[in-house]
Amino acid sequence: MFAYILRRVLYAIPILVGVNLLTFLLFFVVNTPDDMARLQLGAKHVTQEAIERWKVEHGYDKPLLLNHQATGAARFTDTIYFRHSATMFAFEFGKGDDGRDIGNEIRTRMLPSLAIALPVFVIGLLANISFALLMVFFRSTYLDLWGVVLCVVLMSISGLFYIIAGQYFIAKLWNLLPISGFAAGLDAFKFVLLPVLVGLVSGIGSGARWYRTIFLEEIGKDYVRTARAKGLSETRVLFTHVLKNGMIPILTGAVVVLPLLFMGSLITESFFGIPGLGSYTIDAIQAQDFPVVRAMVFLGAVLYIVGLILTDISYSWVDPRVRLQ
Amino acid sequence: MTRLGAILTLVGAGMLAGCSDSWNTPYPGSDAQANVVYSAFGERPKHLDPARSYSENEVEFTGQIYEPPLQYHFLKRPYELIPLTAASVPHPRYYDKAGELLPDDAPVAAIAESVYEIHIRPGIRYQPHPAFARDAAGRYRYHTLRATDVADKRQVADFPYTGTRELVAADYVYQIKRLADPRNSSPIFGLMSEHIVGLQALGKTLEQTLQARPGRPLDLNAFALSGAEAVDRYTYRIRIKGKYPQFLYWLAMPFFAPIPWEAEVFYAQPGMSDRNLTLDWQPVGTGPFYLAENDPNRRMVLKRNPNFHGETYPVTGETTDAAAGLLADAGKPLPLIDGAVFTLEKESIPYWSKFLQGYYDSSGITSDSFDQAIQFSAGGDPQLTDSMRGKDIHLVTTVATSLWYVGFNMLDPVVGGLAPERQKLRQAISIALDYEEFVSIFLNGRGIPAQGPIPPGIFGHVDGTAGLNPYVYRADGNRIVRRSLDDARRLLAEAGYPNGRNARTGEPLVLYFDTMASGPDSKSRLDWIKKQLDRINVQLVVRGTDYNRFQDKIRKGNAQLFEWGWNADYPDPENFFFLLYGPNRKVGKGGENAANYQNAEFDRLFERMKDMDNGPERQRVIDSMLEIVRRDSPWVFAFYPKSFALRHAWVHNVKPNLMANNTLKYRRVDPALRAERREAWNRPTLWPLALGAAGLIALVAPAVVAWRRREREAA
Amino acid sequence: MSAIQPVILWTDALVFVLVAAGVALTLYIRRHAHLRAPWGEVARRPMAAGAALVLLAFVTVGLLDSLHYRERLPDSPPDKPQYSVEVLSAFDALVGTLRTRQEKTYSAPLAMHLYAKEFVERDGAAVRVYPRLKYGGAHLADEAGRMPDIARRVMLGIAQGVSVAFLVFGALAAWQAARRKQRYGEWLADWGQGRLGWPGRTVVLVVALLATTVAVLLHLAAGYHVLGTDKVGQDVLYISLKSIRTGLVIGTLTTLVTLPLAIGLGIAAGYFRGWVDDVIQYVYTVLNSIPGVLLIAAAVLIVQVYIESRPELFDTAAARADIRLLALCLIMGVTSWTSLARLLRGESLKLRTLDYVEAARAFGVSHTRIIGRHIFPNVFHLVLIAIVIDFSGLVLAEAVLSYVGVGVDPTMYSWGNMINGARLELAREPVVWWQLGAAFVFMFALVLAANLFADGVRDAFDPRMGGRR
Repeated sequence: MFAYILRRVLYAIPILVGVNLLTFLLFFVVNTPDDMARLQLGAKHVTQEAIERWKVEHGYDKPLLLNHQATGAARFTDTIYFRHSATMFAFEFGKGDDGRDIGNEIRTRMLPSLAIALPVFVIGLLANISFALLMVFFRSTYLDLWGVVLCVVLMSISGLFYIIAGQYFIAKLWNLLPISGFAAGLDAFKFVLLPVLVGLVSGIGSGARWYRTIFLEEIGKDYVRTARAKGLSETRVLFTHVLKNGMIPILTGAVVVLPLLFMGSLITESFFGIPGLGSYTIDAIQAQDFPVVRAMVFLGAVLYIVGLILTDISYSWVDPRVRLQ
Repeated sequence: MTRLGAILTLVGAGMLAGCSDSWNTPYPGSDAQANVVYSAFGERPKHLDPARSYSENEVEFTGQIYEPPLQYHFLKRPYELIPLTAASVPHPRYYDKAGELLPDDAPVAAIAESVYEIHIRPGIRYQPHPAFARDAAGRYRYHTLRATDVADKRQVADFPYTGTRELVAADYVYQIKRLADPRNSSPIFGLMSEHIVGLQALGKTLEQTLQARPGRPLDLNAFALSGAEAVDRYTYRIRIKGKYPQFLYWLAMPFFAPIPWEAEVFYAQPGMSDRNLTLDWQPVGTGPFYLAENDPNRRMVLKRNPNFHGETYPVTGETTDAAAGLLADAGKPLPLIDGAVFTLEKESIPYWSKFLQGYYDSSGITSDSFDQAIQFSAGGDPQLTDSMRGKDIHLVTTVATSLWYVGFNMLDPVVGGLAPERQKLRQAISIALDYEEFVSIFLNGRGIPAQGPIPPGIFGHVDGTAGLNPYVYRADGNRIVRRSLDDARRLLAEAGYPNGRNARTGEPLVLYFDTMASGPDSKSRLDWIKKQLDRINVQLVVRGTDYNRFQDKIRKGNAQLFEWGWNADYPDPENFFFLLYGPNRKVGKGGENAANYQNAEFDRLFERMKDMDNGPERQRVIDSMLEIVRRDSPWVFAFYPKSFALRHAWVHNVKPNLMANNTLKYRRVDPALRAERREAWNRPTLWPLALGAAGLIALVAPAVVAWRRREREAA
Repeated sequence: MSAIQPVILWTDALVFVLVAAGVALTLYIRRHAHLRAPWGEVARRPMAAGAALVLLAFVTVGLLDSLHYRERLPDSPPDKPQYSVEVLSAFDALVGTLRTRQEKTYSAPLAMHLYAKEFVERDGAAVRVYPRLKYGGAHLADEAGRMPDIARRVMLGIAQGVSVAFLVFGALAAWQAARRKQRYGEWLADWGQGRLGWPGRTVVLVVALLATTVAVLLHLAAGYHVLGTDKVGQDVLYISLKSIRTGLVIGTLTTLVTLPLAIGLGIAAGYFRGWVDDVIQYVYTVLNSIPGVLLIAAAVLIVQVYIESRPELFDTAAARADIRLLALCLIMGVTSWTSLARLLRGESLKLRTLDYVEAARAFGVSHTRIIGRHIFPNVFHLVLIAIVIDFSGLVLAEAVLSYVGVGVDPTMYSWGNMINGARLELAREPVVWWQLGAAFVFMFALVLAANLFADGVRDAFDPRMGGRR
């Protein structure tokens, strides 16, 4: 087990290097250091000298990947890539173009992101499973058919509409909840409610429909027939057998997204003014703050790989036939 | 589904139990009664270091915290400079090359140097700050910290001891040196090094020193600057090359505010900048407020500075100010509020909604909320709608000292150049772009179609038909009327494009419009511009791009038509005309003249005008300059924006002042009234909750019943 | 010398390649019974058949909107014709004045007055009133005549729509009856009781609904702005219809990019295993690890740089917007091929161990042949299912990307841009809801139809994955 995890972690390194290099090159094609300097220095009274000074000050005056003037290890280390991108492997993200420490920012913004993403995930899972079970119970009836249609209808509506409608009705017309904002600690409760509610509603369509197919597949299996033949009530069959076995694909499917919850949701956060990592990323894209974007890409990749490893482990955990080697 | 029901019940219970005030209040806790201003910031400020910050959204904070020697009078118009920390507004003395003192009316050419001697008032003290804290032995407590000492500190308030110190003239000199420090990348270093004696050289020296020993701290006090010196404890002297009357205006900007050297030493210690403890984020000033909480992701809180030196509300103003209630607080000690809470609000819709709910004290008006707020009286004056008046909201309007324009790249082979037919082409386009319609559609009338580069409120602007642009407008009695499209077509024909076709080749005239507009509103605006030129058969291709690409094109002179705007730095026509000054052009010179306009006669007049004092003679020069740019039309003078602001009844002493940035100290609020109104306006509507619950029951109940029945059938 | 100059934008060309491929595929499927069977299954499902008809309507509009041309300028010399820079499409020509009838600013659906008051000179004095629209309801004398006129047009539209539907139905019945050698009455009875073997009732109902909607819209649009006008007075119905093409292009072209990558790499990884598998897995894990929005943002910016550096290649606004749309499709394709590739890899891993594949290998059959003959046909249904399922997700993604600012060109007609603009309109009082409403309805109709169709396809091709038992 330990050896397996170690191997997976080692395997992750080339992937992260790939991610790191790719994003570095992509963003340097579009955003030269001159562009960055100009964006940071503002629109008024900017001279070329000021730009050069900014580049020296922020370490962008070096060659991109290979420093031909330097000797020895400095050929590789005295470059923009090494100074700004490779340090990420030590989780040193440096400073954003706005001068704020990215690592600091990530630590403080993780919690608000989790405050939205975790309830949406957990409650969403419960709600989706309940709805799916209900549909499965009434399978081959009109309740099931219309349940599926409802799901399809719900998932055919763009998430943006849910957000807009939620803010318009609940917050603006009915004064029930704040439109947007966030507070630390327990005060966060009322700010979190609306985004969570919107997140639940926009996710329930596809979620419930997917789980329904999983349960249906389970219900067609022999052991369920046997159980039913033994005279178990439908409810018992559903809850003890179908739910239990259906949870395996559901949970293992969920594990992969679990670490990514830290990254938050781009759209929800920026609409509701949640100071999380999602809105951080969006702001960085819009402000073309590439150190932040690169850091977020890297963090996302790390979390994704962690998710993959967790998935493998959880597979072997729930299904002893799968052995990690 | 059942879980959802449980959640909703939980929601209801939690809210009933948790809050006594309105359910939708966006503020934690119950500080509705606090004597503070509630406001918002749309974008987190990038720099709060007065040497670096230039954007309006940053000055909103630095203006309250830092105190330059001068300020603008809050009420008087035209704008008047008055002393802030200085004892009086300094009067320059002029010297010739030999160092001889010259009389005030000496010709500009004879003046080699102007010297400003500024006396500051004694007894002014800095805000409480750990950088000044000393122990019993008088040593600085926090000047020799190690990274481990700082490890648990997140903000300045985490340091238990604070201290203060008296403001001295050397602090002002210190800040001027900081402008030259390459590590600060000050946006005005380039400009100021042309004016302040020795600043350029200091910048070079500092750069060399930094390169020679990278990573080591730099004590600016060890470097001399010949152009700025402290004469005694309360006096310092600035030497300016030649004559530069506009320099006084700069002395009212935070760039020239004092910085204590202790602050720089404090923040330069190891571990500080990793925790965002830098001067750029945690200002140290003498102003009426200090930054108590700085969480740019959520909110920023200003609090009253307990060490504030005291200042009183002005007792005189314009004639109408007394009637407007702006003198009710005359003579009272400032600031009138205990602080201000700025909440991050990126989107305009939540801002507007929260303003209407009473959670923000004042608001601008977006074009979309306009109809709700404003209607026009029969005379065309803007008035509040009944729904706004019902809420006791007040309207404040003013014409901004800014200008929007559409520039022609004068280096472009099609639209550029000073030949008469090119002039006519640009004039034709100027007529065709009907900015009266633009202002009415997109700004709901919140703008004045521009007649030239100088907006109202700046010396040189002429009101009424006397100041119209004869190439685009004509007078119809007392009204200014845009010339007809027929005129435009005629001009176009004379320019060699009859009916929009090249007279020689028959090819259609296709122009390219560069823009960095990408907001939700931009599509309709771009469509509008296309539509305008369509009317004279000129075909327009819009090239939308991002900020960087746009800047790049302008810099290289690859644009043809582009839109741009300018916000006055200070109330002087020089600050607008220099945008058209040839040696200031973008291509090759990197200046602010984005149209790359160059007209020798105009440049000559500009050089004369800029050093003149306001008066009839200056007006005459300006008039001839206006005639030249109107004829050449390097810009389509689009409009001067008008700003409309709304405030609630509990906010007092609001008078728009486009130059002053420290107006928060004059503001007064009535917290009791605010609390009362907020409660009245935010009664939750409960029937949707009931309906939702009922709906849920209606959905779940039959399912449960059916479940039971099936269960029985199966058994 | 002709009155128009055809313009083939990049996406147009690809759309028609796609159409050609679709036609070829249909012909191929028709000739193979085992491929035809599942499609018959799809056609037998009422929901899927109805959804397919709705999709067909959308596709028709989209295809018409993909035939671009530039108009010849009036009085341009015959030997050297000059063309307008404005790129129009067959759809624009078809809807005629709908495009050009612009009001000044907002007006509500079916209104005859502007939505905002303005000063109007009346009897020498300036009065502030809601001015009449230039086109909407211009034929009416006053407000009193509006509702009766609308009612009349709606009735007329319904009548015509229903009669067209009846005609179609009659023709269909005659044809079907003749084909099945039945009497007319018998066929009708079968139809009425749903014994046709295909969902006749649904099809007829959907056709009738579509015909009626089109007829009513035609009658109303002739005199009014059916869905109101937007900020610069453009007809919202026109904008919504123009947005169809954008949605379809994103939904389909992206898949077109995805397919070769996903199929080629997925099968190669599963079939060859070894280092090929390692490399391909590495590539898709790297791509998968990067949050999609960020990759798309970077790509869109790169395209902008490209466009700016080569202005001569993109001389019209349409060409610029088009290349950005294409780039968006490309990059979305590059980010979304991985899941299908992974699926195909797994399937190929299983298939390659089957006896007949091993046997073929033992006989020295070439790899290309094995893949073409044995592997690909056996994973084809997965590809098909992925195409139809991804479609709706891509259409929805466009809206979100436009919100972030990395979507289609801001000057392009698209539902994302409509929603983006409409958010601000919701803050108005009285609220301007029709642009958001129109975007919602159109997008919802397309995505719902696509989802229902996808369900049908999936159930038919892969009964294992659900289907009501």
